[in-house]
Amino acid sequence: MAKYGLLIDETRCTGCRGCQVACKQWNDLPAVETKNTGSYTNPPSLNADTYLIIDFKEVEVDGELKWSFLNRRCMHCEHPACVSACPVGALKKRDEGPVLWNEDKCIGCRYCMVACPFDVPTFTWDAGLAEGTKIRKCTLCIDRISNGLEPACVKTCPAGALRFGERDEMVALAQERLGKHPEKYYKDQGIYGLNEVGGTTVLYISHIPFEEMGLPKVGDEAAGDVSETIMKSTPFVAVGWAGILAGIWWVIGRRNQMMSKSGSHK
Amino acid sequence: MSTRETSLVRTIISPGHLVLLGLMGLGLAVAIGRYISGIGAVSNLSDSYPWGLWISFDLLCGVALAAGAFVTASAVYILGNEEFRPILRPAILTGFLGYLMVVFALLVDLGHPERIWYLMIFWNLHSVMFEVGWCVMLYTAVLALEFSPLVFERLRMSSMLRLIRTITIPLVILGTVLSTLHQSSLGSLFAILPDKLSGLWFTPLLPAFFFLSAVAVGPAMVIFESTISSKVFKRGLEVELLGKLALAIPVALGAYLLLKIADLAYAGELDLMFKGNMNTALFWVELGGGVILPTILFLLPAIRRSATGLFWGALLVIAGVVLNRFDTSLIGVARPEGASYVPHIMEFIVTISVIAAGVFAYSMVARFLPLFTEQVTDMAMHRKEAPVVSAGS
Repeated sequence: MAKYGLLIDETRCTGCRGCQVACKQWNDLPAVETKNTGSYTNPPSLNADTYLIIDFKEVEVDGELKWSFLNRRCMHCEHPACVSACPVGALKKRDEGPVLWNEDKCIGCRYCMVACPFDVPTFTWDAGLAEGTKIRKCTLCIDRISNGLEPACVKTCPAGALRFGERDEMVALAQERLGKHPEKYYKDQGIYGLNEVGGTTVLYISHIPFEEMGLPKVGDEAAGDVSETIMKSTPFVAVGWAGILAGIWWVIGRRNQMMSKSGSHK
Repeated sequence: MSTRETSLVRTIISPGHLVLLGLMGLGLAVAIGRYISGIGAVSNLSDSYPWGLWISFDLLCGVALAAGAFVTASAVYILGNEEFRPILRPAILTGFLGYLMVVFALLVDLGHPERIWYLMIFWNLHSVMFEVGWCVMLYTAVLALEFSPLVFERLRMSSMLRLIRTITIPLVILGTVLSTLHQSSLGSLFAILPDKLSGLWFTPLLPAFFFLSAVAVGPAMVIFESTISSKVFKRGLEVELLGKLALAIPVALGAYLLLKIADLAYAGELDLMFKGNMNTALFWVELGGGVILPTILFLLPAIRRSATGLFWGALLVIAGVVLNRFDTSLIGVARPEGASYVPHIMEFIVTISVIAAGVFAYSMVARFLPLFTEQVTDMAMHRKEAPVVSAGS
C-alpha cells in the first residue's frame, strides 16, 4: 500500500484560510465562539471543533518583515507518540499514513495530548458524562483518501500550496523545489517532517525558519522511543526484583533462625 | 467493651469531623457539576494544559506520599526488622487510603470514568499509562489485603486472620514489586517528552529518580503521619524508632543526588543548572531544600533523636518530592506560546475534599479498628517491645 504524504509549501500560501474552512465543512464541524487576541489567528488554537488552523505571525527574517502562515494540524507521525502513549490502544497508526482514534475505547486520560510533541490532540472540555468526552484531531480525511480523493484542505487550496500523494513523491517534489529555487526558501533548513520525530506524513518547506513559524524544535528519534524501551525492560525488572526480595527474605530469616538457635543453647 | 472504647465512640462526630464532612460534601457537589457540564466547567484545564493540579498533586504526589506503606512493610517482613512493627499498621493504612484517594481523584479527572476498567480488556504494552493503571489496580488490592487483618481482628474472624498470615510474605513481596514498578512508572510517564520536558528533569532515568525519591519520602511520610496522629490521638511518639527509620532517608536521597549530578553530566547538560531562569530556580529549591539539606540533617544523630528535628526534616523531604512532581509534570513542560494555567478554585476544592475524605477515614479506622495495637494473639507471634517516648519530650 502506498504511504501518503502531504506537502505544504509555505512560500505559496496566501493565508486565505480556505483549507481551514474546507476542513470545517467536510468534517461537519460547528463554528466556535472565539475572541480577539490581537492576531489574525482565529480561533487562537486548535480545538475539538477545529482540526486545522492557519497560525499567523509577523516574523523578521534577515532584517525583512515577513508574514508567516503556518498550516497547523496533526502531523500524522510515522511513529506517533500518541499511539505509543494510549493505555487502551484507542489510537492507531494506519499503514498508509493517518493516525486515527477509536472513540469507543478512549477512557479520557488525555495522555495522548500530553505526549504529542506538536500539542495536536484536543479534548471536548464541555462534555458531561451524558455526551461523553472525546479526543479530536485531523484524520487526514480518511473518509476521502480511502475513496481515492484528496484531503479537503488540499482539494480547496487555491494557491497550490498543499499537495497530496505518495510520501516519496512528495519528498522528491520538495527536494526538486528546494534544488531549483534555493533563493525562495530559508537557507538550507530542508524539509520539516522528513526526519523530525522519526518522520511525519505532513511535510513543510518554507521561506521562514521553521521555529519562527511555530514548529517546535524536535529530535530525529520518535518521542516514544525512550518510554517504549523502559516498558520492554519492565517485566525483567519485576521478575528480577521479586527474586532479589525473596532471596533477601530467605537469607535474613535463616540468619535470625540460626541466631535464635545458638542463643537458646547458651 | 472497655470504657475507653465507649468514650471514643461518643466523640466520633467532633467539630473537626463536621468540617471534614462539609469539605467532602463540597467536593461531591463539584464532582456532580463536572459530570453534568464537563471538566471545562470546573477547571482551568485546556488543550494546552491537558493535565493540571489533579494529576500533579492527587495522582503523582498521592502515590509518592503513599510510599510509607511499602517501605515499612518491606523493612518489617523482608528485612526482618521486627522493631518497626508498631508503626507498620498506620503506615499501611496511610498507603491504602492514599491509593483510594488517587482512585477518587481519577474518577473526577478521567473523561470517561465509567470506562476505567477498560484497562483490563484493552492492552497497549507500549504505554507507560497502561502499566500505571495496572499497578494502581493491583497494588490497591494488595494494600486492602495487607490492611484486612485489622478488620478480621475486630470481627474476631480467626480463620481469615490465619489465612492472611500464611500469605503475608508473598503478599509483601508482591506489594513491594508493584510499588517499585508503580513509583518508577510514574516517572516513565514523562520519558515520552524528550522534546517538551526541560533537560533538568527529562532523562531516560526518570523511573530511577521517581523510585529513589519515593523510597526517601516513604519514611518521611511515616514520621509526618506518626507525629500528627500522636498529637491528635494523644499517643506516645516512637522517636527512637522513627529515628532509625529516618536513616533510610539520607541513603536514598544521597543516591538520588549523586545519580542526578552524574546523569546531567553524562547528558552534557550541567549548564542547565546555571541558566538563571524559572526552571533553574525551581530545580535548586527542589535539590537544595528537598534533597541536599535533609540528607545532611538526617545524617545528624541530634536531628534523628529529636521529635521536632524529625518532623521538620520529614517536611523538607515531602515538600521536595511534591515540588519535583509538579516540576516534572506541569512546570518544566514546554507549552504553546501564550498558554497559561492556574488551577481553578473548583480544582482545589476537589483536591482538598479528597484529602478530607482520607483524614476522615483515617480517624474512623483509628477509632473502630485496632490500628495502633495488634491483638495479643498476633503480638505473641511477632512483637518485640519498642521503647516509646511521649510526644511532649
